[in-house]
Parts: sequence; C-alpha cells; structure tokens
Amino acid sequence: MDIVDRRLNPKAKSLGNRQRFLRRAKGEIRDAVRDAIKKRKIAEVEGGENVRIRSKSLREPSFGLGHGTGQRDFVLPGNREYSVGDVIRKPDGGSGGSGSKGSSDGSGEDDFVFNLSRDEFLDIFFEDLKLPNLVKAKLKDMRSPQPVRAGHTTDGPPARLNHTRTMRKSMARRIALHRPRLQDLEELETEIARHEARDPRDEAHLTALKAKLSRLSYLRKVVAYIDPLDLQYNRLERRPKPKTQAVMFCLMDVSASMTEPLKDLAKRFFMLLHLFLTRHYAEVDLVFIRHTTEAQEVDEETFFKATETGGTIISTALVEMMKIIKDRYSPADWNIYAAQASDGHNFDDDMEQCLQMLEGDILPCTQYFAYIEVGQEDGMHGMSSVAWSGYEEIAGRHEHFAMRKASSPGDIYPVFRELFATSELRASGACP
Amino acid sequence: MNAPFRNIAPDVEPLFKGAEWDFELVKKTYDAIEKIGVGEMGLDIYPNQIEVITAEQMLDAYASIGMPNMYRHWSFGKHFAREEGMYRKGGRALAYELVINSNPCINYIMEENTMTMQTLVMAHAAMGHNHFFKNNYLFKQWTDATSILDYLAFAKEYVTECEEKHGVEAVEAVLDSAHALMNQGISRHPAKRSSISQQRDKANKRREHEEATYNEIWRTVPRSALPSLAPDADSRASLQESATLGLPQENLLYFLEKHAPKLEDWQRELLRIVRMLAQYFYPQRQTKVMNEGCATWVHYEIMNRMYDRGQLTEGSMLEFMHSHSSVVFQPKFEDKYYNGMNPYALGFAMMQDIKRMCEEPTAEDREWFPDFAGNGDTLGTLKDAWANFRDDSFILQYMSPKLMRDFRFFALHDNSAFPVVEVKSIHDEKGYRNVRKMLAAQYDTSARDPDIQVVNADLSGGRRLTLQHRVRNNIPLDPDTCERTLHHVAHLWGYRVKLIEVYADTGKTVKEHETLPLP
Repeated sequence: MDIVDRRLNPKAKSLGNRQRFLRRAKGEIRDAVRDAIKKRKIAEVEGGENVRIRSKSLREPSFGLGHGTGQRDFVLPGNREYSVGDVIRKPDGGSGGSGSKGSSDGSGEDDFVFNLSRDEFLDIFFEDLKLPNLVKAKLKDMRSPQPVRAGHTTDGPPARLNHTRTMRKSMARRIALHRPRLQDLEELETEIARHEARDPRDEAHLTALKAKLSRLSYLRKVVAYIDPLDLQYNRLERRPKPKTQAVMFCLMDVSASMTEPLKDLAKRFFMLLHLFLTRHYAEVDLVFIRHTTEAQEVDEETFFKATETGGTIISTALVEMMKIIKDRYSPADWNIYAAQASDGHNFDDDMEQCLQMLEGDILPCTQYFAYIEVGQEDGMHGMSSVAWSGYEEIAGRHEHFAMRKASSPGDIYPVFRELFATSELRASGACP
Repeated sequence: MNAPFRNIAPDVEPLFKGAEWDFELVKKTYDAIEKIGVGEMGLDIYPNQIEVITAEQMLDAYASIGMPNMYRHWSFGKHFAREEGMYRKGGRALAYELVINSNPCINYIMEENTMTMQTLVMAHAAMGHNHFFKNNYLFKQWTDATSILDYLAFAKEYVTECEEKHGVEAVEAVLDSAHALMNQGISRHPAKRSSISQQRDKANKRREHEEATYNEIWRTVPRSALPSLAPDADSRASLQESATLGLPQENLLYFLEKHAPKLEDWQRELLRIVRMLAQYFYPQRQTKVMNEGCATWVHYEIMNRMYDRGQLTEGSMLEFMHSHSSVVFQPKFEDKYYNGMNPYALGFAMMQDIKRMCEEPTAEDREWFPDFAGNGDTLGTLKDAWANFRDDSFILQYMSPKLMRDFRFFALHDNSAFPVVEVKSIHDEKGYRNVRKMLAAQYDTSARDPDIQVVNADLSGGRRLTLQHRVRNNIPLDPDTCERTLHHVAHLWGYRVKLIEVYADTGKTVKEHETLPLP
C-alpha cells in the first residue's frame, strides 16, 4: 500500500475548466456584472463578486422521460396507515405524477450563484468599456512592487555581495581561529634565517622555531582568508511601493434632467478614473460634490441615489470644490484630479464665471480636469449644449483639460486615453 | 460501563487516541485494517493507493465526475462553481472519501478527517468498495481497472491536442453533443466478438458445405419460380444496408462514431472517449445499493472487530457510530428530508439481514431462503451475492419479508389520468413478492432509461437518420429536453434527424420529432 500526499500538487487544477465555463456563460455574467456595478461604490470596483446567473446557455440536455404522464409504479418506505386498495390524493391537483419523488437528478440548474474573482470581474468590466489590452494589464497591477532593502542573507548573486559585512565576519573568524598574519610568518622566517646564519647554531631553538613555522603555515592554509561562511549579501524584498497621495473630486449635476441611465454612465466614468488613479497613487481620497443651483459635499450614497429638482448652476460646484481644496487638500501635498459629469445644462450667464474660475483657480492647481457630457446621441443634433460650447473655448489652451461626450459605456474610455497619453508624456519628459 | 460488551485485551494498545493523524499512523492503521479485511475476512482486493487531498481537490474531483486527470470541459467548471458555492455557504458537506475503480485502487481521503474517520474510510473504500470492484461480474465484464488511468491520461492529452489543432470551440461543440448522448452511449449487451480468422473459418466452412451439398437440379429451376427467396431489389438493398450498419443499434454514440458521414477522425475519437467513459460508469449506476451496502457492511464489520480487540478507543467507537448511523439513516416518505431511498441504508440493511439469516434464521427465513438460511457462512453467502448480482437482481433474490416489514415498504401505482395514487401492495403476506418485485424494478437501469435506438440511416439518399423511442407505460420523452438533445444528435450526424416515439407493445406511433443541424 502506498500513501501519497496529493495536497502538495499544484493548486487551481480546475482553472482551465473555469475559464471555459466563464467564456461559455459570458453573456449572462456580463449582465450580472453590470448589475453589480450599479450596486457598488466607486472605490470598490476591484474585488470579487458573487454573481447570480440564469444558465440558459449552460444547460446540458439529455434524453429523459417526461413527467406527469403515463403510469408509474413505485415503492416508498415508512408506511404507517395504508393498506391495499387505499387511495392517496396527489399533492397538487394531480399535475405531478409522483409529487413525492420530485426531480431525482433532474435539471435543477435554473440559476446559481458563484464567486467571480477580482481579475475575472475586472476583465468583464473592462471589456464593456472597450479598453485596449495594454491598458488593462497596466490597470490590473496597480502598485508596482519596488525592491526594498531588507537586512542581509548568506546567499545571493555576486552583485549583491556586501563587502563590509563579509570582511567584518571574516576578520572575526580569523581572529577567533588564530590565523597567522603574513607579516608574522615573514618575521619568523627572517628569524630562522638569522639563527641559521649564526655560528654556532642553537639547534634546539632552531627546531622549535621551524616547528612553529610549519604549524603557522599549516594554520594559514587551513583557516581561509575568506570562507563561504563569511559571505553576506544584501537582501532585497519586493514591496509594493506606495506612491504619493491624490484626491479625486467627483462633480455631478443632479438636477431632474439627469436620469438614472445618465447617472449610471457617469458612475462608470468615475469608477474608471478612480481605477486609473489608484494605479498611480497609493491613496486616493474621494470627494463627491453634487449640485443643482447650489452645491454641497455629500457621501457616495446620496451622490448617486438622490435626485433633486431645479435648475443648474455649474459654478457653484466649482466654488465648493475650491473651498474644499483650501480647507483640506493643499495643492502642495496633494495631486488633485477632478471629474465632472453633466448633461450640459447650465444657466447661460453662469458660463462666464465658470470659465474664469477654471482658468484662474482650478486648472492651475489640478493635475487633470475631465469633463464628460452624458446624453442620448441623437439628443444634441449638431447643437452643442451650453456647458460644452463654453468649455470648448478653454479646452484648446490647457492640455490637462479633457472633454468628451458619452452616450454609451464604450465612449468613456477615449477620455482616459488622453489622460494616459499626457501622463506618460509627463513621466518620460523632464519631471518637475 | 462498556466493559461487559467487549473482550478486553489488556495487552493491546489502541492504535491511536486523539483525532490527529500522520502518515506513519495511517500506514499502521491501514495494516491493521488489511490484516482483518484480507487476512480474516478473506476479501479479494486490488493493491491500494491512498492519497491525501484537500477540500479544493475534492471539489475538483466531484466536478469531473469523480475521475482524476479528466479532460477539460466547461461543464466541469460549472459543476465546480456550483459545488464550491454550496460548500462555502455550508449547505453541503464534502464526502470523506472518493474511490476509483482502478488497479491499483486509488482512495482519496480528505486531510481534515479525524483519525477515526480515516480508519472508517479506509475500511469502507480500500476494503469494501475495492473488493466489490474487483469481484462483481458487471465490473469484470465491462471495465478494465488496470487501464482506466492510462486511458484517462490519453484522453486528456488527446483533447488538449485537438483544442490546439482545431480550437477550443470546435472541440467543445463535439464534446457538448457527446455528453448529451452519454446515457445513450452504452452497450447494454456484450458484443459478439469474432476475430478475422474466425470469420474466415466460418466462411470457408459454409462454402465447403455448399460444395458438398451442391445439386445440379437447382440450376434448372427457373429463378422466378422462387419468389419468396428473392425479395425485390429495393428492400434487399435496405436490408443489406441495415445489416452492414448493425441496425437497430442502441448505442447512439457508437453508431455516430462509426457511421456519421461528416465527422472527421478526431471528432470520432472524441465520441469514442466519451462513450468509453459512459461504459466505464455503467456498472456503477447499476450497483449503487450493492456497492455502498458492501462497503458499509465491510467498514462496520472491520471497525467492530478492531474495537473488540482493543485497537480502537471507546471515544473513537462513539465517533464512528455517530457518523455510521447518519450515513445509514433512511427518512420516511413523509419526512421533509425524504429524497428517495438512501442506497447506504438499504444496502447496509440487506447485508445485515443476510448475516442474520445465515446465523440466526427464523422459520420464515428458512422457508423463503432455503439455500442459505442457517448455513452459518455469512461471508461466503455475501461474497457470492456481491460477485454475481446487480441492484435489481440482488433485491429480487435476497430481500426478506422481515426487511420489508422493518422498512415498512408499500407499493403504489400512479396513473396520470387520475388525481389519486393507489396502494397496490404493502408489507404483508400477500404483498411481499409484489413489493419486492416493484422495488427491484425501480433499480433496473434499463427500465428507467428511455429505450432509444437507431433504426434507420439513409446513407445514399437524403441521409436522414431515424431514431426510435419505444414508449413504455405510456411515458413519452420530456419534450423540452428531447428537442434540445435531438439538436445535438443532428449536430453530430450532420443531416436531418427524426425521432419517432412508438408504443412498445402495439408499435403505434405516439409522436414524431424532427430536426435539422444548425448551419
């Protein structure tokens, strides 16, 4: 008899099956992910998810006998009161031929819940947004691990040899083991030579000296100058390196004209931006400012849920944002990003003030300001909205100001392509 | 308290005391078990290989129909996700062990089992199931324990190769269709095999006979004078075609593998792989009660013998009794936990009952089972049963009136036309035989599976494949799944497929389904 420990076998043997399964159920899973995104908070895009799917494409049919027709005989255990000839009424009006038998190994595969891992979830999320693959890879590994010194070790590549420590250990060992110095040997040799030259020779002393010499040279041979024991290497550990901190302002118009689908679109936009930022910065604060004719800072829940009535004055949000920057996020310490989502409505005479604030206060202290206009494609037939035509003026002058229209999730990504292009540019160019 | 019930052997130390186990201990305990199982009870087993696995690996084995090293398919991923979900929620506990009918016999045991459970599962699987696999006639006839692991390795590699060459989707499409027909991929009767040389001998003998009995006079008889001997050309051709195709054929997968006009070689090989697996599992489906009954009875016997000689502590024995009694629990039909007969319960009860009849028979037992009641040879009687029966025949042959009374079995008849079911027989003098017959029929796989055969394949004309379902007891196929499964048949056949449902007794057509392959 053999006992084998299979626990050591490589894990995730069923990964291949899982991938095939996910591919198969893609349509359903994508729908489920969409639903999940609606429920999620922006900062929680990453992370697994329990997905419930209705598995139509996952059915595995086989020939089986029909239910509820024909004649069947069966035996049951646990008779208490029945005797031959008794009749028993069927459970539900005679529809189920043998109600008590139920579906023995039938197809109870209507819907079931399973867990999607973070990567699988993001994959599907990205796919919806039509991200290029390169970007996906970058996004997924958000924190680049950095080698960090972490003590010393006795093993490693030659390049990491720590000379000082190695020599220190070597010296300690040499002293402890009484390794003779070269100088001592030479002195002894000259002394022997002197004695040999002398006449008459002191033979006894000479043999003692020679014996000492041979003992010392033997010791020198046996106790190495540097022994493998002495070697010390610098140890490097790869730790995810936190980068500096950033704050992301989410500004959104919540007037009645922003319908649920538009908000959903805006939410994806915010989510993606957040994901981008978390890749660059270890900590990203989120600030939500909603506005109608006046602005207020709210929590995420209220931000996406509550609907207000009334008109729209965008500048109120900008004022609120500046106030918060002054209070809490000094541009010296924080990288400031702003994302604004709106359906483009604004009071005509407010635009001037908006542009002034943007150019004068906000754009100089932000890393990036993205404006996204959500709405039905056919809605603005050639006609630009108030906000759009206003912002268009300054867009040309500031390269870290981006604006886009989006009517479907697929339109959102191009905004970020620009963001990426500029940030890569900045990284490769002369950094401030 | 327990002292009077057991022969105390003070010099024997218990094999273990706590719940912890290590490989040393498992080995020592296995040796003790084998000494009893093989040495005393005379079980005949394949060499065992015990493999310790984690929960994840157990889930994995579940998902791929209990086989190690299975080829890849999305349905296994789906089952894995489902099982995992239920396991994580705590809705379902995992099995303590899993055993493969192979030589050497592979026993998977879970790492989180206590030492008592490891002892139990080794006695159960490594002795009980193992003996059954090696000795039951169905397994001997249909499965080849020595080659199954190699075959699985081959299958996995072959499927992977096909995926590389032809793409995952293409392979999946074939496997999907093949899996749908898995239950129709079984040959229920051993094929008559004759080698080429035997066939040649036969042909030679026939010719010699013709030459020896040649009579000139038959040449002078005009051909038209023998109308009955010369059927018209058309029907003769179709008869000949049926004969060369081996029709009617119950093994759909076999037929498609050999004769589907459009399949490529690798697709045929895939069908063959699925068919071989279906065939490999067929004996297990037919012997659930016996197989589990045998294993449960063997573990019960071995554990008790170990306890009797002091190799198990009382604590272990209590743990064992707790787990054993929950395994063999049979809820009554009204119970909300009732989900059909528990094969462990029925199997174990029958084995215990046979033991009782061998050792302490009543007058009733002597009347019903004259050939073994009171023969005193429990193990011999059981081994004979384990070797030569399957579930339905076993129940028919060995179920005693006492057992039927104990289970309080009663037989019902359900006609869908009426709103009530009728009690036909109960556990009394008049009813025993009928109850037993009906219970046995419930375990007859060939009666439970729909009887579907290939009856015609037009290879020269429209290439239509005709299947026939022989409807028994007025129960036609479930129309919804039938439609979808038929699509899979059409996909493999490549042309139009027709399924005719006819009454088995009158031959009258009930229903027809027809489908075309999707472009």
